Order: sequence, then structure tokens, then C-alpha cells
Amino acid sequence: MRALAHEVDLEIRLLLDAIYHRYQHDFRDYAVASLRRRLAQAVEHLGCLSVSGLQERVLHDPTAFPSVLQYLTVPVSDMFRDPWYFRAVREHVVPVLRTYPSIKLWIAGCGHGEEVYSFAIVLAEEGMLDRTLIYATDINPAGLEAAQAGIYPLDRFRRFTENHRRAGGKSSLSAYYRAAYGSAAIDKRLKKRIVFSDHSLATDSAFGEVQFVSCRNVLIYFNRTLQDRAVGLFHDSLCRRGFLGLGAKESLRFTAHAAAFAEVEHDARIYQRKA
Amino acid sequence: MIDTARIDAIVVGGSAGAFTVLSSLLPALGPAPRVPVLVVLHLPPDRPSAAAAALGGRGQRVKEAEDKERIEAGVIYFAPPGYHLLVEPDRSLALAFDEPVHHSRPSIDVLFESAADAFGEGLLGVILSGANEDGAAGLGAISARGGLTVVQRPDTAEHPFMPAAALRAAPASAALSVDELRSIFAGFDTPSRDRGALDD
Repeated sequence: MRALAHEVDLEIRLLLDAIYHRYQHDFRDYAVASLRRRLAQAVEHLGCLSVSGLQERVLHDPTAFPSVLQYLTVPVSDMFRDPWYFRAVREHVVPVLRTYPSIKLWIAGCGHGEEVYSFAIVLAEEGMLDRTLIYATDINPAGLEAAQAGIYPLDRFRRFTENHRRAGGKSSLSAYYRAAYGSAAIDKRLKKRIVFSDHSLATDSAFGEVQFVSCRNVLIYFNRTLQDRAVGLFHDSLCRRGFLGLGAKESLRFTAHAAAFAEVEHDARIYQRKA
Repeated sequence: MIDTARIDAIVVGGSAGAFTVLSSLLPALGPAPRVPVLVVLHLPPDRPSAAAAALGGRGQRVKEAEDKERIEAGVIYFAPPGYHLLVEPDRSLALAFDEPVHHSRPSIDVLFESAADAFGEGLLGVILSGANEDGAAGLGAISARGGLTVVQRPDTAEHPFMPAAALRAAPASAALSVDELRSIFAGFDTPSRDRGALDD
């Protein structure tokens, strides 16, 4: 028989408490409904009988936690995903970034790195990459490793190439990767300007001063409390009049910081820190 | 035929052939239905949510669901293209970008299962025409939580596969013609004298 919803939610709360105290990863303010679904998959995948069973495994078997972490994070993305976003970045953000002698970007929740390399390519095309540093952060070490490796199945590049073109790409995407044996590896020149690191929007503090934060399809996984915390970090990390880019269906409307930002481009969800 | 008084929310799912049916069902709810309505329609990903606009009639409040939005009675919410729509335990809405389910994002199962958890016995689930099995597990979950379930009678559906699969997963469901579905929806229309009191 299927457990009642509130029993499962209780088990989830206990699991998240256990994970927090044991591994310092804080999922306690994540949105519950999608977490419930992914944890049900984790229960099945790890051969447990319930979320409580998963809790026991996670507490007593440290090698099980990395597998559970794969279910708690959602790294789904593409290069130049939502091409209009990158088009808007080029139009509204790049001209301002160009005025800085050194440029710093923060890609928060970078997943497997597709968006990080997309930004590196935009900046390379604009001739600004050499004076740019991109901080790419995530909470999932395996994800960060994959992001840093920058190797993707070759069949995904048809879509990446189409996205890049629609994003207003000024060069050929093939100039930035090398294909071999069904995979493609991102060029080392792009990687030189990227620093991958572990950072949690739930527990860590603000980043050094940056001019642009891009954090897309991350906030939807948070409840309002954690959304407020994350946007607060972005605000504190941005320089005056620095930019914030969110996912296509995310907005600052329901957050506590809505008044601290001005909307630059509604459809692309690009905002600018006021003062 | 169906006890609509205990219902706090309606979820509707459909795919191929569901658009026309839905456009004849929604107006029956009247301008201010007593409950919120949440809809997942499988649409081509590049077709914007014009669908939602096209389906709203008679002064109905139809909108694309937003992340962490509070659900309001009387509003018809559509899942945005490309995102799963879920109901949180506090009955606010959430979007997710997880992998597609049954090749679908938004997926009917994802909405129905989360709504079943949030609304329990107070949920009415409706599966319309469609050509894949998305929604079957979701309707089963609603039924298991004590909610009410109905499907468009497969022989009246342009694509019977989806309602037939849903009927197998939730055998207690009523299989109804479009006219019968319409009269159930009409049961949620509020008499105009009550409308001012909706928010009390």
C-alpha cells in the first residue's frame, strides 16, 4: 500500500535533516513536490523500501550519499538553452561589461557546465574573454567534475549548434570543441578563464564582487524562504548596477528583493541591481 | 452522478485531440468557478501558451501557472510549455525542469501525483483524449488518495489511448461523454449572487 502523503513528507523531512547534519548539504528549504518524486526514484534505484530506508543507508554508508545527491540535484540543460536569453545578454549586458577593465561572472548552479561554456563563447566572440573570469559553482561534486571535463555526447551538438545560431552566435560553434568517438570536448582556451568551485546557495555566503550573475532553473527548486536567501546573495555579490539573469519562468516578483532590482528585459528575465 | 460538493480543485490532462474537448468544457465552468482548475495539455514546445488565452472564455481568469504562486479559487492555470507543473503541500504552485516523463514536459502524471498528495479526497482528476499513457499513473494516484476520477469515454475520444490507459490504472473512474463531462463542469459554476463572497 502506498504510504499517506504526510507520512512520506515526514520521512523526507527526517532524511533531509539527516543529510544536513551528516553531510552539511542543506535541502531543507527545497520545494517538496518535485523532491518527493526524485526521492521515490532514489529509493527504487538504491533498492530501499522507503525514504526511511534511504535515510538509514545515507547515514551508515557514506558511499551511498553521492548517488542520492544525483537525485537531489537537477542538472538538465543545453548549450545556449533559451537562445533569446543569450541574445538579450548580448544586447543589454555585454555593452556594459565591455566598459570594465576586468570582468567577473558568476554562473550559480552550473550543473554539467553547458551554460558556463555558452557564456565563455559569447565573451570570446565579443573579444572580451581574455579579461574575464567566470566563477561556475554547484553543490554536486560529480556535476562539477563533469562540468570541468566539458565532454558531451556528440549528438547533442546538433541542438547546441542550432541554439547558438539562434542566440546570435558570431562564429561557428565547431571552433570551440573537438569531436572524437561520438563525444565532443570543449576547447581548453575557454576553460582557462573558468574557475569551477563548490558553493551552496543554501549555506554559503556571498561571492566576491561580480558584474553579472546567471542562475537559471535553480530557484524553481527552492521554497520562498530559500529563494529569498539566494536572491539576497546575488544582490550582495553584484556590483552597483550589476546584472542578474534568471530562468525563463522565474522572476523576482514573489521574492523579498523585488524592489532592489530593475527589470531590463522581461521575456529574457534579466534584471539590474539598483544601487 | 458525481458529488462535486466535496471537491476543492480540478486537474485536467490531455494530449492529441484534447484541445477541442477542453475548449467546449471550460466555458461550462462559468466566469468564476468555485474551485481552481489546473491543466496540462501536451503541445508542441515552440507553440507558446497562446493555447491558454484561446481557451479562456466568458470573462474567465485563465493564466499560465507561475512558480510559487498561491492557488486561487476561480482561476484556470495552464502549465507553461517546457516545464512540469506541481502542487506543493501548502497548495502553492511549483515549476520544475526535471527530465520529461513519457516524453512529455509538462507531464500529466507529475501534476496529478503532486496534486493528489496536496488535495487528497478533495481532488477531481480528468483525463481527455490523447495518444500516450501519460496521466494514467497520475489518475491512479488520485484514486488511491480517495479523489474522484473521470475520463473521456475512449470511444468518443479522437485518440482513445490515453483515456483507455487511465481507465485501466484507475478502474473506479467514470467514463463519460463530452456532454456528461460538461454537465459535471457546470456544477462548479457559482450562482451570480454568491460571486462576491468567493474570497471570504
